[in-house]
Amino acid sequence: MSTEDTIKISAKNVQVHYDDTHAIKDVNVEIADKAVTAFIGPSGCGKSTFLRCINRMNDTIDICRVTGEILIDGEDIYDKRVDPVQLRAKVGMVFQKPNPFPKSIYDNVAYGPRIHGLANSKSELDDIVENALRRSAIWDEVKDRLQAPGTGLSGGQQQRLCIARAVATEPQVLLMDEPCSSLDPIATVQVEELIDDLRKSYCVVIVTHSMHQAARVSQKTAFFHLGNLVEFGDTDKIFTNPEDPRTESYISGRIG
Amino acid sequence: MSAMKHSLLTLDARTKKRNAAEKRFKACGLSAIVVAMLALVVLLVSVFGSGASAFRQTYIAIEVPFPEAKLDQSGVRDPDVMSQVTTLGYEPLLVDGLLAAIDAAGIATEMSDKDIGALISKEAPATVRNFVLANPDVIGSSATFDLLASGRIDGFFKGRVTMESAALDGNTSPEALQLAQDLRDAGIIQTRFNWNFLIAPDASDQRPEAAGLGVAILGSLYMMIVVLVLALPIGVAASIYLEEFAPKTWWTDVIEVNISNLAAVPSIVYGILGLAIFINFMEFNQSSPLVGGLVLTLMTLPTIIISTRASLKSVPPSIRDAALGVGASKMQSVLHHALPLAAPGILTGTIIGLAQALGETAPLLLIGMVAFVREYPAAYTPDAGLFGEASTALPVQVFNWTQRADPGFVERASGAIITLLVFLLIMNTIAIVLRRKFERRW
Repeated sequence: MSTEDTIKISAKNVQVHYDDTHAIKDVNVEIADKAVTAFIGPSGCGKSTFLRCINRMNDTIDICRVTGEILIDGEDIYDKRVDPVQLRAKVGMVFQKPNPFPKSIYDNVAYGPRIHGLANSKSELDDIVENALRRSAIWDEVKDRLQAPGTGLSGGQQQRLCIARAVATEPQVLLMDEPCSSLDPIATVQVEELIDDLRKSYCVVIVTHSMHQAARVSQKTAFFHLGNLVEFGDTDKIFTNPEDPRTESYISGRIG
Repeated sequence: MSAMKHSLLTLDARTKKRNAAEKRFKACGLSAIVVAMLALVVLLVSVFGSGASAFRQTYIAIEVPFPEAKLDQSGVRDPDVMSQVTTLGYEPLLVDGLLAAIDAAGIATEMSDKDIGALISKEAPATVRNFVLANPDVIGSSATFDLLASGRIDGFFKGRVTMESAALDGNTSPEALQLAQDLRDAGIIQTRFNWNFLIAPDASDQRPEAAGLGVAILGSLYMMIVVLVLALPIGVAASIYLEEFAPKTWWTDVIEVNISNLAAVPSIVYGILGLAIFINFMEFNQSSPLVGGLVLTLMTLPTIIISTRASLKSVPPSIRDAALGVGASKMQSVLHHALPLAAPGILTGTIIGLAQALGETAPLLLIGMVAFVREYPAAYTPDAGLFGEASTALPVQVFNWTQRADPGFVERASGAIITLLVFLLIMNTIAIVLRRKFERRW
């Protein structure tokens, strides 16, 4: 395992409330750069909620309240001076269901760079789009039909297109919320290979309900249960020698 | 669970009952549709049956002499001087022309000159006079005109007036109809397509043959422009704010409920509101398309807001998430993604709202658009301002004509309804075409 020890994201005493529901209870975690960190746990354990705290997508939910600190490169992203729009350019996100815009493949990828002004000319934008599609391992499949609608691709292709869209804005962190849950096994393998590849350039955080997937793609794993971060450590260790009995029962299939 | 054996080839009592219930339900639905279709057919048949003839009109082709002695005794051909001769001075000339035509065709009649003159519409002398005042040089010569036949003669050729009804009618007689028939056989009287019905302004009670929809169509058009220009941007902006930006508080709930209620407010209430605010308080001109348009805007706004919000709501949240996820601001996610996807619904709602406004009568009665207007309203005059000149509107014209005594107006009113229906049909077709064109799948 080539896990580097640079810490990219560091959460301190994070609490999340939905109205009266205490969804995340005092989570402390340090997520390494250039590595894949997996969040696992049974449904409703708060792993997706916590993921959405990292790019402040929870801000869009009126009843959601986040306290505590989440530092990215030492800066608190919940500081009043932070504009979530700027944050989300730095922290890209891939969603559970592939959600390409109903536009052309090219426009899907070019949208982020356009609104952030990353390209000064058409040819620069072309390069960014090509680069993003290449890094998402979908370039060869779509290079001849960049003007075709993104919604016309297969599910796996759509999800890789969404990854390309997220990558195109040059983020430093990639959040993935169960990216393979609506894909077939072959598309899943492709996306997993891609995730393994992306780790070289990004800090990748992936939420998954498949323990096998966590074991395959991640270097670090965090196990959530009922809003608590129960255990966090090297993936190998979590799956072979968990410390907490709850982790052990989940992994062995007794709960969840 | 009973272990009783039962063949699938026979129906048990319960299944029979259920099948019968299903059949009854289907029959009910079908008969409801049949009743609705029948009502529609009856409506259309009656409207088209009595209204289609409004698009045809009877004309008498005669050569009218312009003797200098009667029309311009001064001899200077100055229209200001010549305008001293009123339409009454022109009437005998028309009768002369008609008598000459009767003679030329070799038709014998025992009617008096006055009765023969009654074949020509009272509107015709004005037509001739306007022509002469515009072309003073024709005096001393003559010109051929297609003059409107009077309402009764027109009705005779459309089957509305018969020999029997004419015998009881003070305005015409069987002899007059016979003469008209002879003139038609001689090719002097013709019935043909009537553009004037769509172009000409309204006419007075005694002249249904001259009445047209020109002013009403213009007034309705101006009002639709006002409604479109005001209601669409205001309605869409309000919906976007309410749907996307407004915090969900007690206040926004109240606003939401009230907008829904406004859509159900009887339209005449908007008329009272318009009368109080736009005419009495703001002192805009009575009967003007501006006030009419403002009132209809108020009435259309809830429709547009409700349909816009519904179509914004139907844009999948995943699209907004995707936009926010790549760092789009709230406004960018709305303008770049949600709004284009909602556009077909917004357009449909707007056009349906406009169609509703086009057919609205009650509020316009209250703000004086029911007035008798013969002048085409100008879109802008320095005095009256934008859309400030008095006008009528299509549905009000229908209302107006149905109240008049002369049976000729029944046909006119039905013709106006047909015109209104055609406009509505065009607007609905545009709505469908636009929706098809912009509809996208995701």
